[in-house]
Amino acid sequence: MADLVSHSDEVKIVSRRFGQGAANLDRYLELDGYKAVQKALSMQPDDIINLVKNSGLRGRGGAGFSTGMKWSFVPKTAPKPKYVLCNGDESEPGTCKDRLIFEHDPHSVIEGVMIAALAVGSQAGYIYIRGEYRYLSNIMQKAIADAYARGFIGKNIFGSGRDLEIYWHGGAGAYEVGEESALMESLEGKRGIPRIRPPFPAVVGLWGGPTVINNAETLASVPHILLGGAEWYAGLGTPKNGGTRLFCLSGNLNKPGVYELPMGYNLKKMIEEVGGGIANGRKLKAVVPGGSSTPVLLPNEIDVAMDFDSVAKAGSMLGSGGVVVLDDTTCMVKFALRTIKFYQHESCGWCIPCREGTDWLKKTLTRFHHGAGQKKDIDNIQYLAENMLGRTFCPLGDAAAMPTIAFVKKFRQEFEDHLDGKPCPYEKNVAEPALA
Amino acid sequence: MADVNITVDGKAVKTPAGTLLIEACKSVGIEVPSFCYYPNLSLQGACRMCLVKVEKMPKLQTACTTVVAEGMIVTTDSDEIRQARKGMVELLLGNHPLDCPVCDAGGECELQDMTFSYGAAESKYIEPKNHREEQQWSPVVFFDRPRCILCYRCVRVCNEGMDVAALGVQNRGVSSIIAPNNEDHLECEECGMCIDICPVGALTSGSYRYKTRPWEMNHVGTVCTHCGDGCKTTLGVRRADTGMEIVRGDNRDKSGINNDFLCIKGRYAFDFANHQDRLTQPLIRKNGQLTPATWEEAFELIGKKFSAIREKDGGQAIGVIGSNHTTNEENYLLQKFARVVLGSNNIDHHRTADFPAFAAALRGRANATASMRDVYNAPAVLLIGNDPTEKHPLLAWQIRSNVRLHRSRLYVVNSQPIKLRRQAAGFQLIPAGAEGAFAAFLAGEDAALASLGGSKDGWTALRDKLKTEENLVIVFGSELREGDITALVKFGSAVPGAKFLALADYANSRGAADMGLYPDLLPGYLPVAEAGKFHQEWGGIPSAPGLSLPEMAESAKAGKLKALYVVGANPIARFGIDPFVFSKSFVVVQDMFLTETAVIADVVLPAANAYEKSGSVTNTSGDLQLVKKAGEVTGTKGDFEMIVRIADAMGFDVRQLVPFGRGTRADMGQTRGAQSGEADRHAVWLEANGLELKMSPFDPMAILDEIQRLVPGYNISRLALLSGNDQQTNFAASGPAVAQKPELIVPAADGLFRSGTLGRYSHTLHSVMENKDRQPSEEVAAD
Ligand SMILES: Cc1cc2nc3c(=O)[nH]c(=O)nc-3n(C[C@H](O)[C@H](O)[C@H](O)COP(=O)(O)O)c2cc1C
Ligand code: SF4
Ligand code: SF4
Ligand code: SF4
Ligand code: SF4
Ligand code: FES
Repeated sequence: MADLVSHSDEVKIVSRRFGQGAANLDRYLELDGYKAVQKALSMQPDDIINLVKNSGLRGRGGAGFSTGMKWSFVPKTAPKPKYVLCNGDESEPGTCKDRLIFEHDPHSVIEGVMIAALAVGSQAGYIYIRGEYRYLSNIMQKAIADAYARGFIGKNIFGSGRDLEIYWHGGAGAYEVGEESALMESLEGKRGIPRIRPPFPAVVGLWGGPTVINNAETLASVPHILLGGAEWYAGLGTPKNGGTRLFCLSGNLNKPGVYELPMGYNLKKMIEEVGGGIANGRKLKAVVPGGSSTPVLLPNEIDVAMDFDSVAKAGSMLGSGGVVVLDDTTCMVKFALRTIKFYQHESCGWCIPCREGTDWLKKTLTRFHHGAGQKKDIDNIQYLAENMLGRTFCPLGDAAAMPTIAFVKKFRQEFEDHLDGKPCPYEKNVAEPALA
Repeated sequence: MADVNITVDGKAVKTPAGTLLIEACKSVGIEVPSFCYYPNLSLQGACRMCLVKVEKMPKLQTACTTVVAEGMIVTTDSDEIRQARKGMVELLLGNHPLDCPVCDAGGECELQDMTFSYGAAESKYIEPKNHREEQQWSPVVFFDRPRCILCYRCVRVCNEGMDVAALGVQNRGVSSIIAPNNEDHLECEECGMCIDICPVGALTSGSYRYKTRPWEMNHVGTVCTHCGDGCKTTLGVRRADTGMEIVRGDNRDKSGINNDFLCIKGRYAFDFANHQDRLTQPLIRKNGQLTPATWEEAFELIGKKFSAIREKDGGQAIGVIGSNHTTNEENYLLQKFARVVLGSNNIDHHRTADFPAFAAALRGRANATASMRDVYNAPAVLLIGNDPTEKHPLLAWQIRSNVRLHRSRLYVVNSQPIKLRRQAAGFQLIPAGAEGAFAAFLAGEDAALASLGGSKDGWTALRDKLKTEENLVIVFGSELREGDITALVKFGSAVPGAKFLALADYANSRGAADMGLYPDLLPGYLPVAEAGKFHQEWGGIPSAPGLSLPEMAESAKAGKLKALYVVGANPIARFGIDPFVFSKSFVVVQDMFLTETAVIADVVLPAANAYEKSGSVTNTSGDLQLVKKAGEVTGTKGDFEMIVRIADAMGFDVRQLVPFGRGTRADMGQTRGAQSGEADRHAVWLEANGLELKMSPFDPMAILDEIQRLVPGYNISRLALLSGNDQQTNFAASGPAVAQKPELIVPAADGLFRSGTLGRYSHTLHSVMENKDRQPSEEVAAD
């Protein structure tokens, strides 16, 4: 299990109970557990939604959509049951935050799901956990069982007369199943491939019923917002980017780890101070700011506030909060190859551009990195990725194409250095690329 | 739903709300390329070929999943769009084997066409392609994995269209593959729909693969000759040393009543025509042995014998048995031959439904029979008896499609848990043989409940529900006969818009009945005693009813029936008749094979089958369609010509039999041996221009005028018929018929993989493992 780190700039909200034994229900109750949901039970659903809207909470799964807004799209009445899904499929390389929540504070996820369910009028929630997180599933399942045992979930929760069931479901090892509609297919027992949208999940989701799907961190933030208030939460971040988020600092840093920082925290500062700067006295070469699918930033591009809008303005994305820091011994061709290997492996294969495109990118980059590259390959790599971009069935294709285009555009020289049978200039320095 | 106005490439388009953009574009002649989109199957959005620009949307949108919205402005052609399409084709070709020169689909391949249209001539890759081995999934289905572009059409047509779900997708990413339901092979209905729908050469047919190139065949649109449903099928025909060879049956022409559909029999079981045991020379019994002879010898002998018996013992000493597979023209001619030339009403056929009772019940009622198309469109369908999945595959497809696409309500009442119950809104199991009781109950006879089992309330609720269904189509199997049918029609008369469909088993069972292959009924169910107009047309014909098929056997046994003339039937096997009863009769058989009946004959004439002749057939729902000659097998003749030749050999003026060259207006051209669509177009043109052609007495079309004039319900549009359209005949003006003995109806023992005598000579039907009583092909050849 991961060691916990800390830094004085941290504002601990979601990570407040990390390391406090809060997986134990009694301990969780001591730490204000299940207070928020009891408060929510006394509120009107619309008031809960407005509170979350006003808090400026945006989805922590990657796209950064306003959570309150998403909940408001769910119709008040529907012929089919409504559902709340917690997306705990966390598989984006560079992202490793939801696992800490499941490990240290599983009840906060349950509570978040409950509040969302009360807000949208649902009586069933599913907590979907990445297949590889087997050990976390045990913790989560126990938390659910404990909550049932106390009557917090199930029939007549907290004596309110309302019923709310919560189920756990494990993945089978597919990144794509983190995509919301593929996750619903998986929950329904089918192959993990995405669905056509519209209709959107808020209207037609799991088993055809209106469905809210949120990232685990998003949902774990909700109880704190209910107790602390919308203004307090919004005030922690930058305009339109409320609160804090868990940033996963990885790569060639002195102090990698998961830190909870206010939205809008400066990226440069995050690397140099919170992450303790580049390890072994080397120089910074590039930063992937929001998980492996986000376009790489150069050292001169990192003086940027880490909120959704500012990073977008800087030409990348805040994504899922995975900050991957690369030093000057990293071969960018190999890094590009490692990245595309992941997407090639994880492509669900449903649509032509992603299925075939990631495979040809992988083949071409493999050959290229092994020294058999031709000059026209560099253009071809970019051409291939551009043919995928914006044309795939789901965003995974974009997730593969965007970083690839950025690697070629920003590090073209390094690609050219691999030409003419020259050995990789970095091979002697780096045995494995950072994203192993 | 209200119409929506959109603009496509500057053109204003008005289209019903809910229309898919790709269909809206098609409606104004703008083609948006697609692989995964297929009308009437679920949407996929997988191939990304149909990307178009929709104003206000940042990304290109898939036209196959976008629903039109008021004011939508769409561009389907721009540099960006063309590049997107080219990019997709390039990506597909990257891993495609490009073995077009040997691929079955070459020349008929959507990937080739798309490459031609959008260009992706230059390969950008130098790495090896991902290769996978070809697999055989069943005797009829092969899968060439590298050619597959993963459009999922096969998976959907099998799942949604066939309700078989034998195909699925395995693995993910580039390893994704289409896989059969049973590890390495298929266990399914072997319909080949997956092959037909495959846009490339990934799924290929066991009987056709690597045989020819599409452009080396003639494509002849005709009608399947196996079951009573009448699917239109396009035969791929090649010249061969036997005269011609059919190498493929498919459904290129989707204009038929079956639209996309063909079952295993329509798609593959044409192979009986090429069977090695096919007769190609007349045989005459000499010294007890069937010995090859010339046509002249054979006709002379038959003419002499038939004339002599007619002179000496009268027409009643000769029996004639017609066929469920021959055309309307042949059937009409055969009964006319029996009545006019032989002077005998001893004519019958193997009956598989009580059409006389049905016709009598519907007499005087217009629009009371349901066509195959009605079954696809009706808001509700009641099915009593039969198992259409096995015996009427097209009907089953129509019902499934109707339920799936139009949410039609299906009610099934059956003594078995038949597969169609899966589509049923209501399913009622009844004891075997209680179908008639159900009809009686529907007609108000509550006492019939005793035989049905179940609760009175349940049955009454079903009856009440059915009464509220508008435009209900009532389909019933041959379990219902005589009074049952009368009762059912009585019930249906109280249901507004109700229509009926009686199920009979063979390709032209309905036609045989309509054309009067009955000892007591003339064409159009006119009792022989009321022959009025036929007397006028034909001169005197016997007015006493003749012998039914079993009675002919009795008469032969008693030494009274001196001759038996069998055209395209196998009564010895079908009715289990002791062959020795005919040992003293002079027996003539026209058939393709030495059947159980042919072996006892004195003369056997090698016949052409339905794929080798022109004419019309009527399916079980009364849809009249044209059959076209795919070609001739050397040494055979059509039944029509043979009947005329025999009349001629008897010294009869054939002009009295076939009014050729007398005011008829069109000819099929095909009797001259033409095989291509050219002859059909020629015929359509002649007809449209009112031109008359000199016809030979062997031209089946020469008698169509008479059929149109004299057989009620058959006065259809000749032009529409020649153009290959289906038209429904009906019973409104039928004769009153006479009650038939119910035991004369003997249902065929056919199923999805069986097709009577024809099926015995089909290697394909025997080869599939689902055929429960399949035999090695050598044994087949022997029987
Ligand atoms: C390929 C792909 C993988 C994804 N994986 C995850 C994931 O592991 N966890 C997650 O919360 N969201 C993931 N998402 C985003 C989800 O689709 C969805 O937007 C998110 O769960 C919504 O929650 P939020 O609004 O709270 O962010 C993924 C999206 C894509 C396209
Ligand atoms: S882009 Fe296409 S192939 Fe890739 S994961 Fe999404 S749906 Fe699957
Ligand atoms: S042959 Fe027919 S039943 Fe068999 S897999 Fe293909 S579509 Fe399905
Ligand atoms: S086999 Fe043919 S129909 Fe099936 S997915 Fe592949 S290309 Fe499409
Ligand atoms: S359903 Fe009947 S008519 Fe159609 S292809 Fe099959 S056997 Fe032939
Ligand atoms: S036709 Fe639209 S995506 Fe395939």
